[in-house]
Amino acid sequence: MEVINYGRSLNNALADAMADDSRVVVMGEDIGAAGGPFGVTRGLLDKFGSERVIDTPISEAAIVGAATGAAMSGLKPVVEIMFMDFSTLAMDAIVNQAAKAHFMFGGQRPVPMVVRTPHGGGLNAGPQHSQCLEAWFAHVPGLKVVCPSSASNAYGLLRAAIDDPNPVIFVEHKGLYAKKAEVENSQSCQLIGKAALARVGTDATIVSYGAAVSTALEAADLLAEKGIEVEIVDLQSIQPWDRDAVLDSVKKTNRLVIAHEAVEAFGVGAEVAATIADIGFEHLDAPIVRVGAAFMPVPFAASLESGYSPNASDIERAVKRTLY
Amino acid sequence: MTANNSLTETGDLFALYKEMLRIRLAEERLASLFADSAVPGFIHLSIGQEAVAVGVVSALNADDTVASNHRGHGHALAKGLDLSAFYLELLGKDEGLCRGRGGSMHVADLSKGMLGANGIVGAGMSIAVGSALAHKSLGGGQVAVVFFGDGALAEGLLHESINLAKILGLPVLFVCENNGWSEFSATREQISFKFESLATGYGLNYMCVEGNDVRKVAAAARKQIADTRAHSVPSVLECKTLRVRGHFEGDAQKYRSIDGTEFEDHDPLLVAARAMQADGMSEVDLADVRRLIDVEIDVAVEAARKGSTPSFADALADVYAHQAGA
Repeated sequence: MEVINYGRSLNNALADAMADDSRVVVMGEDIGAAGGPFGVTRGLLDKFGSERVIDTPISEAAIVGAATGAAMSGLKPVVEIMFMDFSTLAMDAIVNQAAKAHFMFGGQRPVPMVVRTPHGGGLNAGPQHSQCLEAWFAHVPGLKVVCPSSASNAYGLLRAAIDDPNPVIFVEHKGLYAKKAEVENSQSCQLIGKAALARVGTDATIVSYGAAVSTALEAADLLAEKGIEVEIVDLQSIQPWDRDAVLDSVKKTNRLVIAHEAVEAFGVGAEVAATIADIGFEHLDAPIVRVGAAFMPVPFAASLESGYSPNASDIERAVKRTLY
Repeated sequence: MTANNSLTETGDLFALYKEMLRIRLAEERLASLFADSAVPGFIHLSIGQEAVAVGVVSALNADDTVASNHRGHGHALAKGLDLSAFYLELLGKDEGLCRGRGGSMHVADLSKGMLGANGIVGAGMSIAVGSALAHKSLGGGQVAVVFFGDGALAEGLLHESINLAKILGLPVLFVCENNGWSEFSATREQISFKFESLATGYGLNYMCVEGNDVRKVAAAARKQIADTRAHSVPSVLECKTLRVRGHFEGDAQKYRSIDGTEFEDHDPLLVAARAMQADGMSEVDLADVRRLIDVEIDVAVEAARKGSTPSFADALADVYAHQAGA
């Protein structure tokens, strides 16, 4: 075991994937000499050269469109979109081109590409640099959506995303890059679509993903002080998501809370809640409760942003609502 | 800049003529199938523009790649798509090129380097740029070509794609099929700049040709592609052409008044036929070619009608590609 941060874990995954397969190229804004705005691609240019670590102009639409064409022509591109908010500029390439090319052309060829992009608030970056838009992409058939919660699963999930023959939206969290965690030395690919238990408990299940898993763990500590033991399912992968793991946990706890940083309305939580209400109704002893951000653009001021993002107390309250 | 006419032999022109005629007759048959409701959905015909598709593709190698647009039947057939598989797709059959999931706006055969027609105006540009990136990276010496109409000159992706290709030094040819129409509107009322000024502003090698003379298109395309391939640089070819039909089949075209005669002197088939006849080709020879292609189309359409209905379960299982060996 070694202890490294989330950014380094991703960097290792990129470096190892590039060393293992010469078809893997990374491309994006300021990812070469500058090493990426969050340092995730640091050192790759020196290791692999400018033919494989491609600094691009500020052209999100063309970068992702080009990645799609490159994937259809034999490369395995890993694109960085500097902030998830900027993915709006690449929506045609992601939604109409990359997501559909395999299906629409009758399965002639896979489109193996990854769009890495950081979401989330906490940096007072304001309405256009903080959004969590993963539900949009999870709604599009043909895309996979992955969201690691710590340095421990970041490496394996990124390797899996790069190995996947489909376009994968790989969602990172800006607040996690510097956070350290134990990472196994024998780092390996994880399975996209498999959840992990972040905490074992008996009284209620909290389903979460990304940085919100840490918030859920904080809530679990608060609840444990009151004798309430929650189980936390870290989805890791949002599309596809691990229904079996969630259902298994609900069978044990009979209570379900879904917590994410994204806006609550029409979010990932709604999908999980609706599915479990359908396939797990007989196991539920309480209404399913969602915890997400308020229905507002992400505000700038620290005082406003702290009110906007769900915190451990919000999750704690939601769990208590299921334990009436 | 003007293209030198390097295609002087009737034999070469005859091959190009046959390919253009094949596209023309295939699309005319499609129009009648559409009118009979045998072809569902939207179709956009390239009748009158065949010389661009055939001329440009004649300058490509088999492993070069092409990204196309919504008016892409000609590009696809010129790039070597099987005619039966083409009709099977247009009729929505399981044996179609895209197993009935794409239709007219998405005909593709990646094994032939045809990266797909595209329902989104301008979208093929960045796909071709990416394909050129793969060609450069993998070192196979191929080039990528994108066909787009003058309507796409209004898309922002044009700027991003050309700039990206120029900055990265990618072997991609941007072919503008300038037919004067942006869907239902005259392009002169939509575009405030000359494409030449834009292309040369990026420092690209630009050529403009009479796009209804297949010899001129082929010669210009050879020159641009040779340059693009040799130096790994983007270049531009603008072809002035004509859209004989509406934006889509069924378009009443109330926005323009035409009676068909304005196209006659510029019909790429007539232009080529006259040149060949001046060189001794007989009417009988030309009629024979037409008959043979008609038979080929009859056979292809008959085969397409007998195609099977795609399975919904198969389609559902194919939304995602599956890991090799999984």
